[in-house]
Amino acid sequence: MANNINTVETEVKYTAKDFSSGIDVKWCPGCGDYSILAQVQRSSPDFGAKKEDIVWVSGIGCSSRFPYYMNTYGFHGIHGRAAAIATGVKLANPKLQVWVATGDGDMLSIGGNHFIHACRKNIDLKIVMFNNRIYGLTKGQYSPTSEKGKVTKSSPYGTVDWPFNAIKLATGSGATFVARSMDRDPKHLQEILSRAAKHKGVTFIEVLQNCPIFNDGAFFNLTEKETRADNVVYLEHAKPLVFGEKQNKGIKLDGLNPIIIDLEDGKHSVNDCLVHDETDDNPTRIFLMARFTDIPGYPTPVGVFRNYSKQTYDGDYVQQIEGLKQKMGVGTYDALMFSENTWEVK
Amino acid sequence: MAKPIQILEDVTVRFAGDSGDGMQLTGSQFTDTTAMVGTDIGTLPDFPAEIRAPAGSLAGVSGFQIHFSSSDIQTPGDSPDVLVAMNPAALKVNLKDLKPNATIIVNTNSFDAKNLKLAQYDTNPLEDGSLAGYNVIPVELTKLTTTALDELNLSPKEKDKCKNFFALGIMYWMYNRPIEMTLAWLESKFKKKPDILEANQRVLKAGFNYGETTEIFTTRYDVQPAKLPKGIYRNISGNEAVALGFVTVSLRSKLPLFLGSYPITPASEILQELSKYKNYGVVTFQAEDEIAGIASAVGAAFTGALAITSTSGPGLSLKAEAMGLAIMTELPLVVIDVQRGGPSTGLPTKTEQADLFQALYGRHGEAPLVVIAASSPADCFFASIEAAKIALEFMVPVILLTDGYLAFGSEPLKIPKFEELPEINVKFRTEIEGFYPYLRDENLVRPWAIPGTPGLEHRIGGLEKKDVFGNISYDPQNHEIMINNRQKKVINVQKVIPDLAVNGNETGELLVLSWGSTYGAVIEAIKLARKEGLEVSHAHLRYMNPFPKNLEGVLKSFNKVMIPELNLGQLATIIKGIYLREIIQFNKVQGQPFKVAEVLNKIKEVLGGNNGK
Repeated sequence: MANNINTVETEVKYTAKDFSSGIDVKWCPGCGDYSILAQVQRSSPDFGAKKEDIVWVSGIGCSSRFPYYMNTYGFHGIHGRAAAIATGVKLANPKLQVWVATGDGDMLSIGGNHFIHACRKNIDLKIVMFNNRIYGLTKGQYSPTSEKGKVTKSSPYGTVDWPFNAIKLATGSGATFVARSMDRDPKHLQEILSRAAKHKGVTFIEVLQNCPIFNDGAFFNLTEKETRADNVVYLEHAKPLVFGEKQNKGIKLDGLNPIIIDLEDGKHSVNDCLVHDETDDNPTRIFLMARFTDIPGYPTPVGVFRNYSKQTYDGDYVQQIEGLKQKMGVGTYDALMFSENTWEVK
Repeated sequence: MAKPIQILEDVTVRFAGDSGDGMQLTGSQFTDTTAMVGTDIGTLPDFPAEIRAPAGSLAGVSGFQIHFSSSDIQTPGDSPDVLVAMNPAALKVNLKDLKPNATIIVNTNSFDAKNLKLAQYDTNPLEDGSLAGYNVIPVELTKLTTTALDELNLSPKEKDKCKNFFALGIMYWMYNRPIEMTLAWLESKFKKKPDILEANQRVLKAGFNYGETTEIFTTRYDVQPAKLPKGIYRNISGNEAVALGFVTVSLRSKLPLFLGSYPITPASEILQELSKYKNYGVVTFQAEDEIAGIASAVGAAFTGALAITSTSGPGLSLKAEAMGLAIMTELPLVVIDVQRGGPSTGLPTKTEQADLFQALYGRHGEAPLVVIAASSPADCFFASIEAAKIALEFMVPVILLTDGYLAFGSEPLKIPKFEELPEINVKFRTEIEGFYPYLRDENLVRPWAIPGTPGLEHRIGGLEKKDVFGNISYDPQNHEIMINNRQKKVINVQKVIPDLAVNGNETGELLVLSWGSTYGAVIEAIKLARKEGLEVSHAHLRYMNPFPKNLEGVLKSFNKVMIPELNLGQLATIIKGIYLREIIQFNKVQGQPFKVAEVLNKIKEVLGGNNGK
């Protein structure tokens, strides 16, 4: 609510370097977080905000060290509470651009409640969740996104847990911008981050991120050249769902069932494929696509699942306050204290 | 013919009925009117945690007590002079509290077989002689109400719901209070329901006229206005006073007020009340849980708001970790804990002072913060202002302790002039030259540099900080320096808080040391003790951490120190531990405040037949 802030235009032209705090980065060698940091710093000049008007908030975990490396305002919170802390930052000064750096354990396990409620409220927070499907900072226990049966230090005989599908959870909770990208696809990640910066309302980006120490290669079939084309379907607005080395496979809908079709079999063409509409306010198709990762043999969708506009919590809150100031007049001490029946003792 | 009016100095009335009978409303209307005619008042609502326990049952009885007097009073009264009992259960639950010869106004229509059975009466107490020691006034409240509404087109249930206003009308007549304020209140309350408005107004007048015309009532009473200090007054409950206190700080400091909170009895009214003040720029964030309540407040504090969170004991436990974060990040934050009976869910609607340990020590690590305890409903206003002032000027979290008794109780507040309120000095750091997040001034206070300020971009968090610079530091020596800095900063608050004042002789045989909401009962007990020729001194602690500088000296000036508290001796334990001296404990943990007589008897017991001289 400090009113000396102008985020409309950044007169200064920034470079990636302007967003580096200059302190030593202390993730493990080879960690996917390095790439995410680099892509954020590279795309930050496009975020449309002065760096003093950007706040990075985090919880606890490897990913949550992120704010220390950004030359913006930063707040390293406590485990799971990043979304709640960020909500206070945003409501106290809605002109700030508020980002949340978090991990799969921080956001979906201990912070699950804050996550779903931030999505429900559609508050203008930009949540970047580094998903490595493991607890890294506590050295290798399974996380709420670890695949069923995973053997970890805390599950020597394999987990019996079903994992969360973060895209479904975010969509089901009401997030208005839902996307997935990958640490090892820098250009794509930069593009998604820049788009997220421009969205008004809760923004959720799941970044598939490699933990070379405790879950190495978890996403290699998606990120590596040799296998990527067959295992990833890139979502683009108004484009059909096509993937494969030679763009030779597609996905069509049979009722509510997705079916992989061969575009070269003479029976199918690209016209049969499901066409992605990220602005659809009905989340049914988003769920269908989010579910691909739950079905063996289906490609993992990467890109923007959902990007539609609805009133934001912070926007409506400011509007309500301003409206009431107009209607009732700006509050004064006398109006406050003498609003009830008073009497005078002489 | 007008009936004679007898002047009384001091009266305590209790309204009691089913939790659906509107007793809280009846009581608060009687309170507002009584306050408006200038009588000093103290009130105590007492209601069950169940919103609507089975009608007629003992568990469902809801009560509202008001003490009014032509002299200065501090409590809602020990024992009622008058009980208005809407049903047998209300009679049964409250009878034991009444003064001998007390007046009981009963709704005889409700004393039927079913209600008597629900109240576990074998015989009708109105007929079996068991009330012989009381002045029982039987009134057919239900029937008289229904008759008064004969020609109105309302359902029998709607008519029945008006009967509390008949009782209120009788009480207005009996104590010579005007009915106009309640008529006006009904007018605004039922603007959109003209039928209900008409019905209630009619019943209120009927009750008043019934007192005048019927022969059951022979005397009217009056309690004259109290000789309070000059000024403009309003009646205020503790929860309202907290809300208004923080809005006042927002106006005084020109900082926007941010409340992050989750509903919890008995603190919810703070959230509800503050949510009305949007035109003051107040942001009330009703969070998804207690943790989000405080976490959002920490975020708002980082961003430059006057950030507060309100809760009760169970919520305070949930907020512990985030309080540690506010301590580590050295941000101004006020946590309001409206204490209730614990542990666990405990007695949600009852009062207790058993969160003192939790407020002082309930966090991991060395985690000192400032703790202030309010002493009366109206004092909640001033205590809130002090809590915020200290938080903002020392960049430190402050816990403000109130309790269910203060939260729901009410008394007149002399409204201070805006200019008379303490100044609150807040300076945001804007100067880039020489800025470090953990630079400290002479009181060890760090600068407040908020997002949006160019050139001061910095990162803070829960990890240990390098002294001055604020970068992460795992250095062993540095950790100890920072631990000491945070502790010393809290102790530095002693510089701005007043010394502990002793009421009475500054040395002597017995000091009664109270804290928090026991103030009223203790001060009245002290007055009575002195009337009886006993010499006893009294001091009341407001600052629970840090303690006032002179506390040790005060303690040393008395042979005996007695600490009355609504717990098993938490303050006593702390004082014993710090000052290594014997303390006489006086503890009560029944979910109810001290009665004046209880404290007085304890004083006599401690003096052991001597007069303390």
